[in-house]
Amino acid sequence: MTRISSDPSGSPFGEPEATGVPQPVTGDDSRQNLGELLRRSGRGDEAAFAQLYDATSSRAFGLAVRVVRDPSQAEEVAQEAFLEIWRTASRFDPAKGSAVSWVLTIVHRKSVDRVRSAEASTRRDTTYHQSNAAVEHDSTAEAAQASMEARRVRLALDSLTEVQREALELAYFKGYTHTEVAKMLDLPVGTAKTRIRDGLIRLRDTMGVGQ
Amino acid sequence: MTESLHALSGAYVVGALDDHEREIFEAHLPGCLDCQAEVVSLREAAAVLAADAELTPPESLRVSVLAGIRAIRPLPPEAGVTSLPYEDGPKIVQPAETSEAPAPSNVVPMRRRRFRIATLAAAAAVITAVGVGGTWQPWQDDTTSTLSAADRVLAASDAQRVSTEFTDGSSATVVRSVKEGKAVLLTRNMAAPPTGKSFELWLRDAQGRLLPAGLMTTAGDHKLLLTGDATKSTGVGITVEPLEGSEQPTTKPLAMLELSEAEA
Repeated sequence: MTRISSDPSGSPFGEPEATGVPQPVTGDDSRQNLGELLRRSGRGDEAAFAQLYDATSSRAFGLAVRVVRDPSQAEEVAQEAFLEIWRTASRFDPAKGSAVSWVLTIVHRKSVDRVRSAEASTRRDTTYHQSNAAVEHDSTAEAAQASMEARRVRLALDSLTEVQREALELAYFKGYTHTEVAKMLDLPVGTAKTRIRDGLIRLRDTMGVGQ
Repeated sequence: MTESLHALSGAYVVGALDDHEREIFEAHLPGCLDCQAEVVSLREAAAVLAADAELTPPESLRVSVLAGIRAIRPLPPEAGVTSLPYEDGPKIVQPAETSEAPAPSNVVPMRRRRFRIATLAAAAAVITAVGVGGTWQPWQDDTTSTLSAADRVLAASDAQRVSTEFTDGSSATVVRSVKEGKAVLLTRNMAAPPTGKSFELWLRDAQGRLLPAGLMTTAGDHKLLLTGDATKSTGVGITVEPLEGSEQPTTKPLAMLELSEAEA
């Protein structure tokens, strides 16, 4: 089985970073392939779905872990999400974005639902200090196995303003609403959503995706 | 008002809207090609973010997922959802707007693509318009799960409707549910507003005042949840306003749909 994930067998620092024109993260080929796998999954093709799983599971699981934090809960969430993806695969419409983003939207949604319902009562007490610490980039263990793509994302993230990056990470990876993000970052009500949008737009343009 | 709706796109994509805001934004989406294009492109950006979190899952996840799907039958495709009205409908050039320069940006300039659904395709277009609402929410189980606020109005037992036809063959229908406290505007074959303008919608209250209730910036078939409490509204008006809308009407209404004439 093929696994697309961070592969330590390569030489992560041997090659210079791609410079100049940003390359799409998901090239047209892989995009079409994943879309095709989704389409076949929608017709009940289990082998196609297994391939789709192998191609997207490390992103899906990583995302669930980042949002949910507890790995065993993240595994549950990811499982729910993949079953949902199988069930609704025929509803994927390539005209509305890539297969990867469709898959990850479902995973993200399930993850956010999980933290919101689990932490609804306790999280109100989270202080800015604590949450700010949580926004720091991930552990060295994860960083060591970061793929080329992940490193490009980090470079792109570095191009955001601090507020944009923090707002985006609190919303996307921690599952806070924009109203909560505004409070945590001491922003005027209503401006966090603008920072989130601005951050995504800059990320999109820097990475050359979604065009 | 609608300007602030546009600003919700990023928070929508990263799931940072509360339930109420999400309903409003999802009711707005089918009628706003700009927001649709932006949501598509920002979802790609959000997917990129997830690359920063990559983590190889335990083998147990693969085993349970692949075992789990054997017990689940994939849903059939939804009729008519594979294309959006603006993607393959025949385009009718509107003479007044041919002078527009092509957009130079990297964002798909859907708003500038004037189009009209051919009347013969109207039946298909209805199916398409209904389907569009569902597919913007990929996590939604299926059409029977959670209805959008607009769909709840349309499905309400006390829903009342009043329609008007325009001379160019387009039509508008207002559906109001007192139980839901909301009204929805449905349009068919609606022409685009004049360049640089929006169609603004108004709820007329019992005192005859017109309160802003939403904007239509594009041509076509729309299903638009009107903002504001429609429980006691007496009518719904449509005027031409600046792109970002006005607080009060600045032009004479193109149409006023009288809710006193609405029927079940």
